[in-house]
Amino acid sequence: MHPRNVGEIKNADGTGEAGNIICGDVMKIYIKVKENKKGEKIISDIKFKTLGCVAAISTSSMITELVKGKTLNHALKITEEKIIESLGGLPPVKTHCSLLATDALKEAIYDYLSKNGLKIPKELVETHKKIEKELKIAEKKHKEVVKYTSKKEAG
Amino acid sequence: MKIIYLDNAATTPVAPEVMEAMKPFFTERFGNASSLHFLGKQAKEALEKSREKIMKKVNAKEHKLVFTSGGTESNNFALKGTAFANKDKGKHIITTKIEHDCVLNACKWLEKQGFEVTYLSVDREGFVDLNELEESIRKDTILVSIIHGNNEIGTIQDLKEIGKICQEHEVYFHTDACQSFTKVPIDLKKEHIDLLTINSHKIYGPKGVGGLFIRNGIKIDPLSHGGGHEFGLRSGTENVSGIVGFAKATEIIKDKDIKHMTKLRNMLIKGVLEIEDAWLNGPREKRLCNNTNFSFRYIEGEALMLYLDVKGIAASTGSACSSKSLEPSHVLTAIGLKPEDAHGSLRLTLGKDSTEDEIKYTIEVLKQSVDSLRKISPFGNK
Repeated sequence: MHPRNVGEIKNADGTGEAGNIICGDVMKIYIKVKENKKGEKIISDIKFKTLGCVAAISTSSMITELVKGKTLNHALKITEEKIIESLGGLPPVKTHCSLLATDALKEAIYDYLSKNGLKIPKELVETHKKIEKELKIAEKKHKEVVKYTSKKEAG
Repeated sequence: MKIIYLDNAATTPVAPEVMEAMKPFFTERFGNASSLHFLGKQAKEALEKSREKIMKKVNAKEHKLVFTSGGTESNNFALKGTAFANKDKGKHIITTKIEHDCVLNACKWLEKQGFEVTYLSVDREGFVDLNELEESIRKDTILVSIIHGNNEIGTIQDLKEIGKICQEHEVYFHTDACQSFTKVPIDLKKEHIDLLTINSHKIYGPKGVGGLFIRNGIKIDPLSHGGGHEFGLRSGTENVSGIVGFAKATEIIKDKDIKHMTKLRNMLIKGVLEIEDAWLNGPREKRLCNNTNFSFRYIEGEALMLYLDVKGIAASTGSACSSKSLEPSHVLTAIGLKPEDAHGSLRLTLGKDSTEDEIKYTIEVLKQSVDSLRKISPFGNK
């Protein structure tokens, strides 16, 4: 397996994270944003790091390939179906991995837009809120499980 | 590409001598063991000889051996069969949190039928607390079911001590010995085991054959009703060829193979633990001779397994991604692993034909694969 665009970008213009440790998948995306000749914002560089199964790593790699050099608007329109199709299909039990990739990318774009005081599309704000909420639930669940296991460790 | 099979806890190949022993029973000696003619008698004789042979392996003098389709059926039979036949005594069953799914899911189903089940916890190495077991036994307890050699982390429970407690409290003791049979000595009499599950395809025999030893006098209902085969406890024409193969398979693993596997297991553990942020799940001692189970921080087990797969190494993992339920292994959670550490687990189980070279190669590939995956992981850089 040769995933593309693995790594981090120092001084990234936007970073996004999705997934959580309790379900075993965490993805981080780093983006650099430039303007093209038409004055549109494009993703000039993109890197990722993923803790997860091969399907999660593959979807991460694929989304970076799909949006590199493309406009932010185009990037926001990448769907899970598009990633799966580009990969030549994923087993049904693995389709949720592609959501991880689209979420992480949306978070990175959200981060860039909000840092630069730019207008954030309404849909993107909602996605951001949804991801934050899910992360809080997962963190709470993780604390509960770890509390149980560390009690075990002491005993 | 070299193929290195390190998933012997999942299944084993059929040994050539087992194959040879079975062959005539598919063709010229194809008789139904219930038929009264000579072909039937031939089959019946082969069936009973096989039964005797397997019974000797575990010193079964006060037990019947009922042939089944495998470990899952035997475990279901032991649990459901005794539960329903002893309803007048009570409705309580004791098991552990580290059983095979077929025991746990049979227990969950029994709970729906009105039975109560206590799931004993285990320590960091997977051992049952004997005091907790004793305290859990109630007046209405029918059965204690505890796995002998754990299929994931290799922990071998002390059958004799458990058997003693069960005998004192007059409750049935069942143990699932699918992984330990022929690798660890079992003595039904000395260890006071009432019910014992064994199977064939983990010991170089064919798939689709297993058995349940049942102490004489134990009340147990059959799961399958019909022509009264197998002492009226398991109706259906006996799988004679499979049973002949099963009996032959009990001869395959010899003392020297156990020593060989133990040596390779220890070599593998030593080599793998050279990797940083890796550890062994399960105990060092009292462990199945062919079992290893590791956790690697910052990476995910299924990805690691597939990295090994492309290099020709067959392994297995307790990660959530690899399970249908997307939950991490219940055994690893029960020994106190955090979810992220259970996700990063890998099981490598040796066979009698595993070689030192294979183990060396596996350690090398594993080091490289862990390194590659940590480079992709957001937590891999320290």
